[in-house]
Amino acid sequence: MSIDMAQFVDAFLEESFEGLERMETELLALDGGDPETLNTIFRCAHSIKGGAGTFGFGAISEFTHGVETLLDRMRNGEQDAAPETVNLLLRAVDILRAQLHAARDGGEADAAEVAEVRTLIEAHLGDAAPPRDPAPSDGSEEGPGDGNDDGPRGWRIHFRPYADLMRTGNDPLRMFEVLAELGRLTVHCETDRLPDSAEAFDPEDCYLAWTLELEGDATGDQIEEVFEWVEDECDLVIEPLEAAPVAPDESSAPEPGAAADTPARPETAAKGSGGSARGAESSSMRVNTGKIDALIDMVGELVITQSMLTDISEQLEEDPSQMEAQIERLRTGLAELERNTRELQESVMGIRMVPIAQVFNRFPRLVHDISGQLGKQIELTLKGEYTEIDKTVMEHLGDPLVHLVRNAVDHGIERPEARAAAGKPETGQVTLEAYHRGGNVIIEIRDDGKGMDADRILAKARDTGLVGPNQQLDRHEILQLVFEPGLSTADQVSDLSGRGVGMDVVKKNIRGLGGNVELESEPGKGSRLTIRLPLTLSIMDGQLLKVGDETFVIPLIAIVESLQTLPESVKQAFGKLPLYRLRDEYIPIIDLAALFGRAEPSPLPERALLVVAEADDQRVALRVDDLLGQQQVVIKTLETNFRKVPGTAGATILGDGQVALILDVAGIARMAAGRDTRAA
Amino acid sequence: MAKVLVVDDSASMRQMVAFTLKQAGHEVVEGRDGKDGLSKAQGAKADLVITDVNMPTMDGLQLTRELRKLGDYKFTPILVLTTEAGPEKKQEGKAAGATGWLVKPFDPDQLMNTVNRVLR
Repeated sequence: MSIDMAQFVDAFLEESFEGLERMETELLALDGGDPETLNTIFRCAHSIKGGAGTFGFGAISEFTHGVETLLDRMRNGEQDAAPETVNLLLRAVDILRAQLHAARDGGEADAAEVAEVRTLIEAHLGDAAPPRDPAPSDGSEEGPGDGNDDGPRGWRIHFRPYADLMRTGNDPLRMFEVLAELGRLTVHCETDRLPDSAEAFDPEDCYLAWTLELEGDATGDQIEEVFEWVEDECDLVIEPLEAAPVAPDESSAPEPGAAADTPARPETAAKGSGGSARGAESSSMRVNTGKIDALIDMVGELVITQSMLTDISEQLEEDPSQMEAQIERLRTGLAELERNTRELQESVMGIRMVPIAQVFNRFPRLVHDISGQLGKQIELTLKGEYTEIDKTVMEHLGDPLVHLVRNAVDHGIERPEARAAAGKPETGQVTLEAYHRGGNVIIEIRDDGKGMDADRILAKARDTGLVGPNQQLDRHEILQLVFEPGLSTADQVSDLSGRGVGMDVVKKNIRGLGGNVELESEPGKGSRLTIRLPLTLSIMDGQLLKVGDETFVIPLIAIVESLQTLPESVKQAFGKLPLYRLRDEYIPIIDLAALFGRAEPSPLPERALLVVAEADDQRVALRVDDLLGQQQVVIKTLETNFRKVPGTAGATILGDGQVALILDVAGIARMAAGRDTRAA
Repeated sequence: MAKVLVVDDSASMRQMVAFTLKQAGHEVVEGRDGKDGLSKAQGAKADLVITDVNMPTMDGLQLTRELRKLGDYKFTPILVLTTEAGPEKKQEGKAAGATGWLVKPFDPDQLMNTVNRVLR
């Protein structure tokens, strides 16, 4: 029969993972070795071993064997449930989990670790019992005249069952039928044990005995297999035909599984499971239980506040004369509610936070490899690896960081000779540091390499037309040019400046995460890249603005300042956006109402309210009618619910239920610039 | 064509055994553990019982003893599934009244070979 075992593998894996969870939990709860708990743990291991063997995972079955044996001894009281034994078993659970993952997703568990834990278990078992082959092979000792070439041409079997034989469900007739399939069978029945009287006859007892002769090529093992279930319920002699009777070794009953024609275990089972690997990992994450407990506490407080508020409303209904006292209580309750909500929000956001170590951890290896290739000596220092950052932000941070670190190693740090010549230690330092500041996560990449030459960057920028011939830039501004597409992708400049290609892409990626990146550098001393990222992508601090009837939200981080115009500072050039002179700078004034088509463009009133905002190193002054409050807003994307709206970064729902658009300052600047050009 | 009661606490083993037996044209009743198996056995007479040994609530040996007490199951073949190839485990099975055993791991062919020894 050919049955594809792969179809049962999923169920096996699923229940095995559950079993492992159970084992782990029970092991951790195993205090002193409660027999019932040990039994449960044993059963889990036992099931995994049995299933693994059946479904073609020999290595798992083999490994589990030792675990099972150890657990068996523990539940029989032959071995203590000492802490180190429990720890060993927990490690074994980890190994099994890795093996099952490997079985599911393809690949292999760490062989060295498997071997190590296995050795430890064997050592624990004391007698270093050799691991049993997953396919039981004991009992296949050579029987008498085991059907070898010079073996007999048949067998004589003396079979005298005890009276009870049939009460175990065995039936001589069925056994003879099996024998008859092995060759030419002659059956001689012996009735000498039949009782004399009907009274003494119990119809459920077996009184008959048989002598059977089987001619053919059947092996002794095959004959023994037929009788293996009844060998201690009968007198049995199996002897070769035409040979002296030899008593069979009764203890060496062969296993049914050890039959000569044992079919190959279906190898396809393992492969099949690999094919159906499930990639559900990316959408789930592990959360520290402490964080969840904190959440539960907060929900508890929220419920208390809610019942307090309910009580106040009831009191008010019953006794309106107490209005003032109740309103006072109501205020307290609402203040409480606000606190609860804020804490709850912070905690929920905290659940999405993961330590940045998950990204940082890849760098020691990376730096080691690259510096080896380049013949440089570099010491990498990681700081603040446990700084937490939003999971989504972190997932998108990996590539830009790799790029920046690679650059620091590749172009920043000099060769040992050059460093020595410059009077620096031969070993270069690269530091990767993360910390929280305000509502942001700051990541710094510092090196003590050769730094960057601002003059050469500026020269190149003027060559490519990125910077006008008369445009004056300070050193900081010049350095930021490396993030410009025209500059950083030019190979010559990367050689000149010591920076690699694709810095514009790095900046774009970080912008995409709502952050920014800045470069500081000093020739001969080194460089420092500072990445500033929001803690989360889904909630931000916003400033509410009133424009006509509409309320807009602008990210607080984008606001430089808010001011009331002085008429003499406004410059109106024909066909261009009006400009506002703020200290030494002219900033275009954007009429938001007109931009979003809410009103016809109107001349700037004498004392207009402007919000100066910055994005992409560009400043714009947004003309608004009123500044409302500041609050945290939850960002909802418009694209999934509606469509992309230019100039917006999404929308949010305000306390009164109104929907407010969240302004994308960079987008607005681009839109306005487009109109400006058209108007010009 | 026979009615076979398959008792195992592992769903994948039950599935595999049941599927194999059904392929061979047998009717299969499944039990999740000894207790469940016993009540299923009492519900309808099975021609063959295949049971795992290590199970919660009631193990396979106890199930075998309970079944042998029932008139309907006095002579019914009962096969115990065991990963223990050691003689003492088999003897425990025999002492409880089992007809024979099937050593895990086994594949569908081994299962059918064994089943055919007791189902004719």
